[in-house]
Amino acid sequence: MSLAAAAKTDESTAAPMASTAPAILAATGLSARYGHIHALHGVDLHIGEGELVAVLGPNGAGKSTLLRAIMGLSANDGEVRFRGEALPRRDPVAVASRGIVLVPEGRGLFSPMSVSDNLELGAYRLGDKAEFKRRRDRVLTLFPRLKERLGQVAGSMSGGEQQMLAIGRALMAGPKLLLLDEPSLGLAPRVTEEILETLGLLNREGLAIVLVEQKAPLALELAARVYLLSLGRIVAELDPRDITSHDDLARHYFA
Amino acid sequence: MTISPAITSPERRPLRLPGLLPWLFAVLVVGYAMVVGGYAATVVSFALIYAVFVTGLNLFMGFAAQVSFGQNAFAAIGGYLSAVLTATYGWSPLPAMVLGIVAAVLAAAIVGYPALRLKGHYLAMGTLAIGLITYEITVEWQSVTQGYMGISGIPPFGIGPYEITSDRGQLILLSLVVAASLFAAARIRRSRFGRALSAVAGSEEAAVALGIDVARYKLAAFLLSAGFAAMAGSLFVHVVGFVSPEVFGLHMVIVTFTMLYVGGIGTVVGPLVGALIVSLLPETFRAFKDYQDLAYGAALILLLIYAPRGLASLFSPRGRS
Repeated sequence: MSLAAAAKTDESTAAPMASTAPAILAATGLSARYGHIHALHGVDLHIGEGELVAVLGPNGAGKSTLLRAIMGLSANDGEVRFRGEALPRRDPVAVASRGIVLVPEGRGLFSPMSVSDNLELGAYRLGDKAEFKRRRDRVLTLFPRLKERLGQVAGSMSGGEQQMLAIGRALMAGPKLLLLDEPSLGLAPRVTEEILETLGLLNREGLAIVLVEQKAPLALELAARVYLLSLGRIVAELDPRDITSHDDLARHYFA
Repeated sequence: MTISPAITSPERRPLRLPGLLPWLFAVLVVGYAMVVGGYAATVVSFALIYAVFVTGLNLFMGFAAQVSFGQNAFAAIGGYLSAVLTATYGWSPLPAMVLGIVAAVLAAAIVGYPALRLKGHYLAMGTLAIGLITYEITVEWQSVTQGYMGISGIPPFGIGPYEITSDRGQLILLSLVVAASLFAAARIRRSRFGRALSAVAGSEEAAVALGIDVARYKLAAFLLSAGFAAMAGSLFVHVVGFVSPEVFGLHMVIVTFTMLYVGGIGTVVGPLVGALIVSLLPETFRAFKDYQDLAYGAALILLLIYAPRGLASLFSPRGRS
């Protein structure tokens, strides 16, 4: 595998903007594989402090794998630095304890448990009761619908509510960097909009977010920067303001 | 913003009475055996010993949603250590049992640390191997275990010079042990540790991504489960007074799995209900003579069709509480 070569070609696209903001997360030469199948080839990316970055790409481009690789959930190579410190490679618990929290694809809720229990598990590592209450109140203010459903079994809620819970649960962990894997998947446009608006709000308050999406227009509205991922490689890094039409985006894929 | 208690509390304990029915059933069966004594007391005694084992199995398989076909290994360690220490070296049963539990938990830690990296079917096969290996050891290590001959003359439990030899005395002792085990299981379930196990059961990946140390909690559940298994093994040898390899063989795995699923996996009372029913069913079908096994099998199939989450779940508002 020509990992080094792949990393070099990506460098040319990723490097120019790297110096604009201090990076909360910087990955260099990040590769990942499932068994013998390489899903990610030497990806370089950086996320600035307080930045919302969208990662777009078609099905199978490696978007989820990228997030999993950052978390250390999949076998991976390369280096990921969080606020300058190298992250352990295959230790998701350690990564999470640094403040990187993933809302996985399909939400990964503890479906037989109540909404309240799910939230509580989000803050599992938190010992401070006052802080716990503060975070919980915050989540319930952000997603008032969860408040009405605290006692309900998580799996019995609508898709939108489940996604809200998944994000709420992640917020309970007190993330410094939130990784979201297709939060809009299977949701009605209105609900998606509501959720993305909340993400925008969180971001404006200073939370750094990596948003993986297939529905480009929604992500483009929020993101400060966009990475285009295709076949496990970053093919472009764009300013969302430069992308005015779908054709525009398509052109970058095929460039 | 505060959360009004009115929102959170009502869902906590709905339908109290139906939830009590499985407990009532268990108390009635044990009470009946206590009154009648004799054969009924023996059957129910064995059921209660199994209930301790299955309660442990349930911690690992129900609460944490893992799978182990090898917990019989830890029952064997507990049982044989108790047997050898008391029958051969003249220890009294209680310290022998305690040492048996400690040894089984240590063995579980040594075996579990690497084995629990496996998942799903691989974990099932790996743990099955643990059980089979232990069985072979109990057969082959004749100088200690006396092979197929088994060890006899194991003293019963007792307090000081007074030994519990009567059917009813043993039934009372076992009832107390089962009650304590179920109480422990209920406490674990509601504890922080128990919620972490539920998270592991719900979605390992999500749990890990929230910083819950899945590997550690799985191992902890495995060790606890082994502790219960060893206690059950030790109880068995002291109640029966005899032990041989077959006691902790593959048959035990099959019977205890049946108990767990019939009673209600993931519930607190399920293991007890399952142990009682699976022990009593063959007895109730004695009238069918040659067709006893057939009737027994048919009853199990019907149970699993109409109560796929076990009998205890029929009486609980949620499938898993």
